[in-house]
Amino acid sequence: MPTSPSALELLSPYPPGWGGVLLSGAVSTILISLGAYLLGILVGLAGATGKLKGSRPVVVLLDFYTTAVRAVPELILIIGLYYAGTDGINGLLSALGFPPIEINGFFAAVVVLGIVQGAYMTEVLRGAILAIPIGQIEAASAFGMRPSLRFRRIVLPALMPNALPGMANLWMSVTKDSALIAVVGYQELALATRLAAGNTKHYFLFFFAAAVIYLMITLVSNVVFGSLETYFRRGQPKAA
Amino acid sequence: MDFSWVSNYWPLIVAGVIQTVLLLVISVVFGFILAIGLALAQVKGPPWLRWCAKGYSTWFRGTPLLIQLWLLYYGVGSFLPMIPGLRQSILWPIVREGFFFAAVSFTLNYAAYEAEVLRGALLAVPKGELEAGRAFGMSRWTLLRRIWLPRAIRIALPTIGGEVVLQLKATPLAFTVTVMDLYAVAYKVRQDTLLVYEPLMVVTVFYFCLTLLITRAFRFVEMQVPMRR
Repeated sequence: MPTSPSALELLSPYPPGWGGVLLSGAVSTILISLGAYLLGILVGLAGATGKLKGSRPVVVLLDFYTTAVRAVPELILIIGLYYAGTDGINGLLSALGFPPIEINGFFAAVVVLGIVQGAYMTEVLRGAILAIPIGQIEAASAFGMRPSLRFRRIVLPALMPNALPGMANLWMSVTKDSALIAVVGYQELALATRLAAGNTKHYFLFFFAAAVIYLMITLVSNVVFGSLETYFRRGQPKAA
Repeated sequence: MDFSWVSNYWPLIVAGVIQTVLLLVISVVFGFILAIGLALAQVKGPPWLRWCAKGYSTWFRGTPLLIQLWLLYYGVGSFLPMIPGLRQSILWPIVREGFFFAAVSFTLNYAAYEAEVLRGALLAVPKGELEAGRAFGMSRWTLLRRIWLPRAIRIALPTIGGEVVLQLKATPLAFTVTVMDLYAVAYKVRQDTLLVYEPLMVVTVFYFCLTLLITRAFRFVEMQVPMRR
């Protein structure tokens, strides 16, 4: 009778160990989170600019977007957007006379999480921009800076210290929300773990290992965001 | 858009709402009690207790709720039958249900977030009020019960309202461990009728109404103790 494998054998990165599956799941979790985060920043920048400078209908539309995304449970949003997105693209393709395509799961995950992130990011960045003393922006305009130059030299460095705590929170929540992608069936860390656990029946071991990996991601991110904040706050007077 | 299924499924929807609300109330009430202990441990406890409370918060806030839920349901759940006598005891019908695991894991998770909020609030209570209480000869327990805790909760109230809404939005995860909550009803309708968006929409309306109810309730409670701004 074969002895049951030890925890180390089960977690080894080479088959028959499942460590490799878990690690590649962790890599796709990080990639999905990074992609969604970057998309969220782009959407957030556009949304914040729109909310602050846009015409009345644009502001109403953006208000609806941020309120709706923040009022609906993430799981429902992700599932709804996932199906709506794949249906929509295939509907568009068939209307144009193309055959339907299989939407790449990674791409869908990034877009869906990015739309969710974008709503929160809009609010974070809007608050951070509002916190910049208006005189600084007016001074930049008075020097004849074009909007793009003004944004790069004045607005961006001034908004970063205000926005970073909120942005750090959002990064933490996107790494954890990416676990919800498991429910629509794309294999990231949570689903890879479920696969490994289901195959070996060592449920506790594998879910614990996954939790430790997520915790590592969080702790490393904490350090990174901490040093980013000291970098962006350089030259600012220390709070008492 | 086809909503004719609502007439057949409304008993299920009502049952789903009850399950969701039950999960929310259980996790918020027990989580809050646990959070008071955790926050006090972090503010007043001896160093080892402080470290334990801090570690608890880091663990539960640093890992996804979905993983915590699965760790409890699949992982700890697979050990439970090995406890001698548990299978025969009257607890077994409760302990084998997904609802039990969902309630426990939501409670533990909520407590971690709430403890951070309360910790800040406990530290924000003006020193003079605590000194005044001590000057009246209150024991530490009386001081905590009459002044420190009520003041801290009052300070934290707006944040607690937000946390409860976040907790409501986390409850649909329970459907992954076979709980027939509001979201699971939408899932079942989708499987039965092949409608994707309509059940999600109906369920979303219910979540929205619950959110509105929670924010209204908290606004009402906040009005009871007026604060000078």
